[in-house]
Amino acid sequence: MDQPTFVTADESALTAAFEARIAAGESIEPKDWMPDRYRRQLVRMMSQHAHSEIVGMLPEGNWITRAPSLRRKMSLIAKVQDEAGHGLYIYCGTETLGVDRHELVEQLLDGRAKYSSIFNYPTLSWADMGVIGWFVDGAAIVNQTILAKASYGPYARAMVRICKEENFHKRQGYEICATLANGTPAQREMLQDAVNRFWWPSLMMFGPSDVDSPNSAELLKWRVKRKTNDELRQRFINLTVPQAAAIGITLPDPDLRFNAETNNWDFGEIDWTEFFQVIGGNGPCNRERIAARQQAHDEGAWVREAATAHAAKQQGRATQAA
Amino acid sequence: MTTHDDNDTPIITSGAATLSVAGVRGPVFAAPLVEYLLRLGDDRLVLGHRLSEWCGHGPILEEDIALSNMALDLVGQANMFLGLAGEVEGAGRDADALAYFREGVQYRNALLVELPRGDFGFTIMRQFLFDAYSVLFLDALAGCGHAGVAALAAKSLKEDKYHLRHSSEWVVRLGDGTNESRTRAQRSLDGLWRYTGELFEYDVIDEAVATEGVVVDRAALFSRWDSMVREVLQRATLDIPKGVVMASGGRRGRHTEYLGHLLTVMQSVARAHPGATW
Amino acid sequence: MTGDVKALHATSNGVEADNQWSLWEVFTQPGKGAPHEHAGSVHATDAEHALQNARDVYARRGEAVSLWVVPADAIVASAPGDAGPFFDPGNDKAYRHPQFYKVPRGVRVF
Repeated sequence: MDQPTFVTADESALTAAFEARIAAGESIEPKDWMPDRYRRQLVRMMSQHAHSEIVGMLPEGNWITRAPSLRRKMSLIAKVQDEAGHGLYIYCGTETLGVDRHELVEQLLDGRAKYSSIFNYPTLSWADMGVIGWFVDGAAIVNQTILAKASYGPYARAMVRICKEENFHKRQGYEICATLANGTPAQREMLQDAVNRFWWPSLMMFGPSDVDSPNSAELLKWRVKRKTNDELRQRFINLTVPQAAAIGITLPDPDLRFNAETNNWDFGEIDWTEFFQVIGGNGPCNRERIAARQQAHDEGAWVREAATAHAAKQQGRATQAA
Repeated sequence: MTTHDDNDTPIITSGAATLSVAGVRGPVFAAPLVEYLLRLGDDRLVLGHRLSEWCGHGPILEEDIALSNMALDLVGQANMFLGLAGEVEGAGRDADALAYFREGVQYRNALLVELPRGDFGFTIMRQFLFDAYSVLFLDALAGCGHAGVAALAAKSLKEDKYHLRHSSEWVVRLGDGTNESRTRAQRSLDGLWRYTGELFEYDVIDEAVATEGVVVDRAALFSRWDSMVREVLQRATLDIPKGVVMASGGRRGRHTEYLGHLLTVMQSVARAHPGATW
Repeated sequence: MTGDVKALHATSNGVEADNQWSLWEVFTQPGKGAPHEHAGSVHATDAEHALQNARDVYARRGEAVSLWVVPADAIVASAPGDAGPFFDPGNDKAYRHPQFYKVPRGVRVF
């Protein structure tokens, strides 16, 4: 759509008013005026979050059929189902910004949209189910509690709903880990191995230092992002180190050391080459994750079409009968 | 065994099984109420497991959630029925011991539920045929003279009524949707029909539990199921297969080859660490 | 799906045959006597479908005793720019609020 140049003065006034509202802590709602760039950043952020929930169903879904007790089987099905629900809430929130979910699904499948790097790692043992709940949901909670105060109303509200459920997931995950830690030697070994594989990728979930992150400054100004990547990562580490000690698990970082001056746990260097390889499509199972989603989408087409066709037939009959 | 005459009316005969005596031809059963509860529990565990295979692979997000919901309900019901079976047996086996450490030939589910999930049409058609049976069956069981069984049946009935609403609506959507969906739905129905007869078998176990207050008139059950199912299939514009010889054997541990593979996967972690707590 | 295949699947009214279904807004009533609140949205092809999906997504843990579903495009909303003329006048008309009426102590109003 062509923008006549004489709109620019109005637009800068609108933008100033918009930014004042944000600074005052107001919520932006779907029908409010917003800069085009804000709208686009939000669609990107929210849809990536939703995609992560959906792709995140796969690594855990991988162990549902092998869950070793009925109670764990039920908990895991419920957790994966919750993730589907979270994806759904956030997609719906994204749709308030004027984009159809069909378009969002396409963006994920053709690689235009990203999702959280952590889900490109495979789940290799039952212990991964505990560690994912503990580390990955734990990291997500640190992120999401802050997002619950995000400036965009529908996103903040979806986060409140999600946080309630996520807390439960993290507790479940940690409980699985505690049980394994107090179990047989084979179970303890299974757990330690899972921790060794997931610790560093979990730290990478928070993203690179904001100095290296192109979108951060703008998102912070617009209160869509409330804390820096480094602040959130540090918070996660501070929470998790004592939890690991409590169950006698060693975190795979020889440089982990408590700093009495800063009250933080200092930690070793993260290998960012691994992170960039993974988000660039060369992680252990990026292709498998997308292939699985593509297959579900393709095999589901006839089902979606059937439902649409049936509804149309029903409507046609109702109109005729009237 | 159940067969059909030329008018497709079922002929229900008593089972040819005998109770546990060495050297006889028939299958060997445990105490009747235990067997009965295993049948109930195993149906739901195996069916719930099949549904859970859809997690993350459903045709649309809303349906992924719906299928997981049903899976969760069914596994929960299995946990209850198997738990009661273990209690009645009194040999120290809980629901997990029964689920994870019995062999395939010791499982007592109907063959219908162990078939692979197939495409969405197959899954939802199988679900519908089972839900229609389950709702009628549990309704009868909820009023039976055994308090423990009746209570579990009543609890499960609420959930299964919701499942039936969901699965029957989908059968109509698929049958009366597009040409492709109708073809797939019909093919699924054709493949599944021969497994429906087993749901209405009446054998020595049914006879024996009747003396403990667990009485269900399976012939009446079949008649109501048949009406309900035909009504929905008609709305779905689907044809009911004729002249089908019904499959049988699940209630006596004579399963298809599918169950073995299902249990290998399901039991693998538990069996790799016998005695461990999870 | 390629563009060519998509074209073959388009329906006569121009709507893409394979789509994520239409959007419905969901309102849940947390308990008897409470008002229905907006819970979020679901996709579905008709009202019964929307009710079931809404129940599975927003009420499967028993958080609601009643559900309303409404096609999203049936909802008419006030525009944000209306806020002043639409809503403000009420704020300075004291006699519309019960506090305006002084009731002698000891007298029960209801």
